[in-house]
Amino acid sequence: MEILLSFLVGGLAAVGVYLMLRPHLIQFLIGFLVLGNAANLLIFTAGRLGSQFPPLVQPGGAVLEPYANPLPQALILTAIVIGFALAAFGIVLFYRAQQALGTLNAEAILEVPEPAPAPSPVDEVPAEGVRR
Amino acid sequence: MSWLLVLPLLIPLTTGILCLVLPGRTAQRVLGLAGALGLLAAGLALLAQVQRLGIQAVQIGNWPAPFGITFVADHLSALMVLVTGVVAVAVALFALAENDQAREGLGYYALGHLLLFGVNGAFLTGDLFNLYVWFEVLLLASFVLMILGGSKAQLAGGVKYFAVSLLSSILFLVAVGLLYGATGALNMADLALRVEKVHPGLLTALSMLFLVAFGLKAAVFPFFFWLPASYPAPPAMISALFAGLLTKVGVYALIRVFTLLFTHDTGFTHSLILWIAGFTLLLGVLMALAQGELRRLLSFQLVSHIGYMLMGLGILTPLALAGSVFYALNHMIVIAALFLLAGLLQRLQGTTVLVRMGGLYGPYPWLAILFLLPAFSLAGLPPFSGFWAKYTLVAAGLQAGQYGIVAVALLVGLLTLLSMGLVFAEVFWKKAPGEVRAAPGGLGGLALPVGLLAVLTLGIGLWAEPLLSLSQAAARELLEPSGYIQAVLGVSR
Repeated sequence: MEILLSFLVGGLAAVGVYLMLRPHLIQFLIGFLVLGNAANLLIFTAGRLGSQFPPLVQPGGAVLEPYANPLPQALILTAIVIGFALAAFGIVLFYRAQQALGTLNAEAILEVPEPAPAPSPVDEVPAEGVRR
Repeated sequence: MSWLLVLPLLIPLTTGILCLVLPGRTAQRVLGLAGALGLLAAGLALLAQVQRLGIQAVQIGNWPAPFGITFVADHLSALMVLVTGVVAVAVALFALAENDQAREGLGYYALGHLLLFGVNGAFLTGDLFNLYVWFEVLLLASFVLMILGGSKAQLAGGVKYFAVSLLSSILFLVAVGLLYGATGALNMADLALRVEKVHPGLLTALSMLFLVAFGLKAAVFPFFFWLPASYPAPPAMISALFAGLLTKVGVYALIRVFTLLFTHDTGFTHSLILWIAGFTLLLGVLMALAQGELRRLLSFQLVSHIGYMLMGLGILTPLALAGSVFYALNHMIVIAALFLLAGLLQRLQGTTVLVRMGGLYGPYPWLAILFLLPAFSLAGLPPFSGFWAKYTLVAAGLQAGQYGIVAVALLVGLLTLLSMGLVFAEVFWKKAPGEVRAAPGGLGGLALPVGLLAVLTLGIGLWAEPLLSLSQAAARELLEPSGYIQAVLGVSR
């Protein structure tokens, strides 16, 4: 079972890395989600698999009774929530970037000229405000 | 439990939440400053307690150590939290004077304090997975701060910053998962006891994963490209916060992990860190010399000087580590002052492109002095704090026989001086291309935080002994982790 999951993790990681290297930023985001799942499964596998046991100790049961390790599941739960937050933020960020920059091609964004610092509020002239 | 340990977390969290629920501008501005001052006070109190009673540890919810959530403060953590408070106060003062109503309306104060919450959490946590969570807290706050206002440059910079941060987060998560699989522990003190039983080859491979994950965050040699692309984009008060704090969290994590966990094969891992330090130093300063825009130049200087902090970690003697800690603390103050000053100059001249600036020495001679204090400190001239930081590192390097890196460090100090001198010539000596305008709204409020930081770096330079001995105490604790383990687990190695 561990070997099977290891291959799954490897496959997902390969897909994720491939997508993250694609030029389109939405593909990058999907790649991140796939890679995130690979990382989660990896933690799950690293925490030793015990599919036939619950991750709980029975009430009054001896602690030594076999039970699945609950810690990786808690870790993955946290990581999934954080991954969701990052993905949600990323979608909104890319949406705004698309609006402002007119493209989501990573290479085109890399060529956006040197980040001229945002103007200080006092210096903001109306013409510049309109252009942005 | 010791409330002092959680105060640096509770104060910014409370301030951030209050800023979210109290929409009034005055309330937010008062809270913004009060929260920062409270954080500074909490940092002082925490350092005093660590100094008096030794390493402090708190188990949240009273779960015994390896199972619960642990917060630990040794000298390194306490010093980092204290200087975070200093930077927070300076940036809060600057934000008050900057009076950026658009960003204040979008929640600048709330986000700024949530960022501080994440930074302090990362400094104080004693658990590797929690470190990941704290990283995400500070990253999410920094993402929003980075694009707050939504100008083109900010969005383009924000996309790059976001992409790189996602990658380093995943690498960090994978590294934590694999280390957990190999040892069955996440608590750093517990890990330190258990890594000895792991196969050294596997441990080295894991250490490389951590090196890449934290190296991306600290912006060291092969991974620094994202920083100058994104840090100059937001306005000065935000980029000063980033420059002062965010990369230092990466450096802190590197120092923590590579002194506590991965000391099994220092011949390989720490030599590699030394090489990385050398390349970071040289490439950063050379790129800085090639820049024509002040904040991009400062960003490359920031990258370059991360190399000094890694240099001490790579040499790994007590004196060298003390130098690293001292350098990180001094650099947080100095680079925040320089970024704030760049914002001030932008207010004065409407631009930070060097060829379009000039002629400021005539009307504002005191501003020139305000620039020279942190600039000389960055270059490492006596009597500023940067001199003692570099002196400690160079002395440690000579003692350890690492002449190559010492030569690089000295050369980079000279090149930094050159780079800062060029900036001075461009901004202050050169004739102004246009007429020098009077500053709209006065400069006093904007200059005050820069002045405070500049005086602080001069003060540390003149009375280096207290901070130096604190750094040495931090280095001793790092190199002899049994005290740390004893404080967290209650057992000795």
